[in-house]
Amino acid sequence: MEQKRAIVSVIGKDQVGIIAKVTTILAEEKINILDISQTILQDFFTMMMIIDVTKYEDLEALQQKLADLGEALGLTINVQLEDIFQAMHRV
Amino acid sequence: MNFAVNEMMETIRMVQMENLDIRTVTMGISLRDCADSDFEQMNKKVYEKITYYAKDLKATAEKVEREFGIPIINKRISITPIAEILGHASVEQAVELAKTLDKAAIALGVDFIGGYSALIHKGISVGEQTLLDALPEALSVTERVCASVSVGTTRAGINMDAVRKMGEIIKEAAEKSKEQNGLACAKLVVFCNPVEDNPFMAGAFHGAGEGEVVLNVGVSGPGVVLSALKRYPHADLGEVSDIIKKTAFKITRAGELIGRVVAERLGVPFGIMDLSLAPTNAMNDSVAEILEEIGLERVGTHGTIAALALMNDAVKKGGAMASSYVGGLSGAFIPVSEDNGMIRGILDEALSLSKLEAMTCVCSVGLDMIALTGDATPATLAGIIADEAAIGMINKKTTAVRIIPVPGMKEGDMVEFGGLLGRAPVMGVNPYSSEKMIKRGGRIPAPLQSLIN
Repeated sequence: MEQKRAIVSVIGKDQVGIIAKVTTILAEEKINILDISQTILQDFFTMMMIIDVTKYEDLEALQQKLADLGEALGLTINVQLEDIFQAMHRV
Repeated sequence: MNFAVNEMMETIRMVQMENLDIRTVTMGISLRDCADSDFEQMNKKVYEKITYYAKDLKATAEKVEREFGIPIINKRISITPIAEILGHASVEQAVELAKTLDKAAIALGVDFIGGYSALIHKGISVGEQTLLDALPEALSVTERVCASVSVGTTRAGINMDAVRKMGEIIKEAAEKSKEQNGLACAKLVVFCNPVEDNPFMAGAFHGAGEGEVVLNVGVSGPGVVLSALKRYPHADLGEVSDIIKKTAFKITRAGELIGRVVAERLGVPFGIMDLSLAPTNAMNDSVAEILEEIGLERVGTHGTIAALALMNDAVKKGGAMASSYVGGLSGAFIPVSEDNGMIRGILDEALSLSKLEAMTCVCSVGLDMIALTGDATPATLAGIIADEAAIGMINKKTTAVRIIPVPGMKEGDMVEFGGLLGRAPVMGVNPYSSEKMIKRGGRIPAPLQSLIN
């Protein structure tokens, strides 16, 4: 079966424990993280994670959980299937 | 890592700040097999067929929208031109059928259903005459039914009897819906060279060459193009074209992906991707503002047509490479009421009806969502349609007229239509009559295809 991947993007003000909290939720959902990259630009935290959602049915539930976390921390957290980035940025 | 952070940010920015969205996924459904000599039977079959094929359209589109994080604004249905299946139905029955279509659209939760249409560019058959007679009533008693009528093609010429009739129908539809400022006319398009796979309303229908059921997609994205251009204020026009091309490419790729996923999940073949840049009343989501960003103080001034030609061509070039199947109208729409920049151009007296007409020579469609003074006569409306059809016929392109002679309003008033249809300043028409020409009737012969200067 072809691997289905999604991109988690986290954008907002830097603070202690962002990665820990996001990855805790992913671990609870038994979702494997394939790649992480992160930068900080003038206190502005940007993280992008590629996760494996091949066996994960309910993407919307995960989106909701992460959105709730984002709200609590004052961050924007999006989960989108990777294909959209592939389509827009790769020929 | 497959992607750079800035690429990810670009996609997110396009959606969240620059109004990138999929304007519509439109399911085309053939109703040919619903034709029946018994009207009640036909009415029932039409309802059942539409609600069967499109039962999951809205839910599926919404799920895909959430998973990919790209909004799909409209879910729509296009159907076989209704005149083709009307047969011996009466005018009352034709109106009844429009109500059935409306009911189906409401039951499915789709925004519009298009295809209450007739193709009469050469002549008018019995069923088509019935549909024309039913049009004003049908459009004023329904909410989501869209109609279109083809009055000319490059190969057939222009049917001026049909043009005259459309002038009268538009006038009557406006009168019948005067409580809503003539809103019925906003759901009626008069075409020259219509396309069979257009996903955009009000002119969508499922043409004769189409299959049983198909899914077509239309993207939007003036806001994305505008902010891309804003980053290069000093680029020359070749570079401007290149920036628009690259942006259109990305928008189109997103659109095609979403379209294909929705089609696959619904188990329906993917039809085409329509590349049109369709504006909305949202901040900065305006085609006029792109033209102004290219370097016009106000849209409508000298240079507008050159800028529009450049933009329209660049959008097509970028989009054509991005998608495997481009179709529909694919260009730039310049609806007045749905584009804040166009509205401002008119209010500032930079943009006139004549300039809008001229602009339709180089962009995808035509005179779109233009409010006219309520005393415009049917012959004047027919004259406007004839001019626009002639532009389409000679230039071998689609042109369309969607005008609203707003009852009781005069030049300079502002009319509100609400929702996606927006608001528009009422424009005056030429005070001199076109009556005699329109009364002559007959057909304008098809033009030469050579000696084309």
